[in-house]
Amino acid sequence: MSGISDPLLVGGESFHSRLFVGTGKFSSGDTLAEVVRSSGSEMVTVAMKRVNPEGESDSILDHLKDADTRILPNTSGVRDAREAVFVARMAREALSTNWLKLEIHPDPKYLMPDPVETLEATRELASEGFVVLPYCHADPVLCRKLEEAGAAAVMPLGAPIGSNKGLESREFLRIIIEQAGVPVVVDAGIGSPSHAAEALEMGADAVLVNTALAVSPDPVAMGEAFALAVQAGRRAFRAGLGEVTDSARATSPLTGFLDQAG
Amino acid sequence: MNFSTFTELYRRQDWSLASTRIENSTPTEVERALARKGQGGMADFAALLSPCAGENFLEPMARLARSLTRRRFGNTIRLFAPLYLSNECTNVCDYCGFSLGNAIPRKTLTVPEMLREAGVLKGHGFEHVLLVTGESGRKVGVDYILDALRALRRYFANLSIEVQPLRTTEYERLVEEGLHAVMLYQETYERESYAAHHLKGKKRNFEWRLEAPDRLGRAGVNKIGLGCLYGLTRDWRTDAWFAGLHLDYLEKKYWRTLYSMSFPRIRPHEGESMPLADLSDRDLVQLLCAYRIFKEELELSLSTRESPNLRENLLPIGVTTMSAGSKTNPGGYGAEEHSLEQFTISDERTPEEIAFMLREKGYDPVWKDWDRSYDECRLQNEASAFTGGEEQPLSLAG
Repeated sequence: MSGISDPLLVGGESFHSRLFVGTGKFSSGDTLAEVVRSSGSEMVTVAMKRVNPEGESDSILDHLKDADTRILPNTSGVRDAREAVFVARMAREALSTNWLKLEIHPDPKYLMPDPVETLEATRELASEGFVVLPYCHADPVLCRKLEEAGAAAVMPLGAPIGSNKGLESREFLRIIIEQAGVPVVVDAGIGSPSHAAEALEMGADAVLVNTALAVSPDPVAMGEAFALAVQAGRRAFRAGLGEVTDSARATSPLTGFLDQAG
Repeated sequence: MNFSTFTELYRRQDWSLASTRIENSTPTEVERALARKGQGGMADFAALLSPCAGENFLEPMARLARSLTRRRFGNTIRLFAPLYLSNECTNVCDYCGFSLGNAIPRKTLTVPEMLREAGVLKGHGFEHVLLVTGESGRKVGVDYILDALRALRRYFANLSIEVQPLRTTEYERLVEEGLHAVMLYQETYERESYAAHHLKGKKRNFEWRLEAPDRLGRAGVNKIGLGCLYGLTRDWRTDAWFAGLHLDYLEKKYWRTLYSMSFPRIRPHEGESMPLADLSDRDLVQLLCAYRIFKEELELSLSTRESPNLRENLLPIGVTTMSAGSKTNPGGYGAEEHSLEQFTISDERTPEEIAFMLREKGYDPVWKDWDRSYDECRLQNEASAFTGGEEQPLSLAG
């Protein structure tokens, strides 16, 4: 499989899969675990607010302990950099990992990421040795600043979280991908495998999917579909896509004979 | 226009005008509201609450509500338990079991008694707990609530309160002690009905209550719960519209705050009064759907006042939060007696039975969707939070 010879490199580690999976909204921990398996994902993000290190009733970590995947704690629910840094330290202690998906959305309605607080928290956490993957707007300047602040990857949104609207931000994603010196993981808004494929075709390094998996009537099959789409998108990107033009280009040009003359 | 409190906006409204607009909504207006899926603001909300919508569009409303709920909240239901701390009350309200005139034994839990109750709830797996008191500034004022938060916060991920309206500075003190959310129901937005049902005590002050969510917003409380007590006013549709107006106002002004909406219907209690208006099951379904379409991110909560059958049928339509195994009398979890109840519950299943039912129906029962460290990290002494908490073993009595 081409995935093996084409690893995703983040924070000094390599991954075969370019599909990150979120853990919210699933009907059960068993379903989540099956989706993680069927999707082949090696990076699964878990909100710290759902983690219950002592609890018997926690349904997320228990179900993922046998999965061959990295647990990526996230700070969903925090409203500013101070809270994010606090929760990140808590995550490091509770889950013994310095990897973190940084999410700061003070607006609980659309869950829009706060660029100012995210940049500040990235700077602080990177200086403390965290491998920080910040969720952010599809803002090319912000992504450059996050990279300078020490982010291990950037995670710009395709559309609002949970909207399933696809790559509404594609023009800005294109610029971010062109400029980035760290992996670009398109997060939020990816509602179908074709959206994921499109992101990879554009040159995104990976995608994160949650709602589209969790609310599908058959989440396990949808996990496979996303895995295939991500592989297809990546292969297409590496193979090189044809240029999109407004006019037709004949495969046998009418003036080709001129080059053959002589 | 910027209003300093909701009262200013409220005073510009005309109840009968709003009522007429809802009453006269046409099929075209309802269809437009459905097509706009919540993007049409208060006008669309009026159409969704209308008799026309209830009679002719309930099924398409339910289908849209289900799809919006599933997209936003997935297949999960959050569980919480109320913990009644006191039934002391200085108000006379003709619909409430805690009303001053009712000859019931009065009880205010001491800290050891609270911990005993907490032990029972913790034993069931609860992490989200709502602390409830009657309204008595002297017996269950802010200092009592502070003591309760200090005693209980280390054992639970998320503590909310449903108590008398307080001052902004008092709410700020509670937030500093790890308070997460406040439920504060206006009961009814119709002044005349409000006056007719709240006969004595501080609760007679309509505007002090109406402005409490503004004070909560200013104090930076994470979540504010709104709602009407259905049955107090004949015109439940207009009451619900005003609660929606309140929500819309708050959401724009205090945009960092999360909101929830509850739909309590009057239940039998120790008092004499009978409900003024009956909110039928069909009406309740319409209410839930209308709110879900109006604000797709809104948490919708359904208590054990409602029957098991109805609660189960309402699950896919838009409910996101449920109480389970509730006792509405102080000390009720650890004791047998039921004589001090605020209202009679209808769904008497245990939390375990509720969780089993949810799993059977394809929902993940979520016991923990918050961490106390999120709230406590605002405290000066960070060592008391998640990583440094010195939790004492709780008695699992009961």
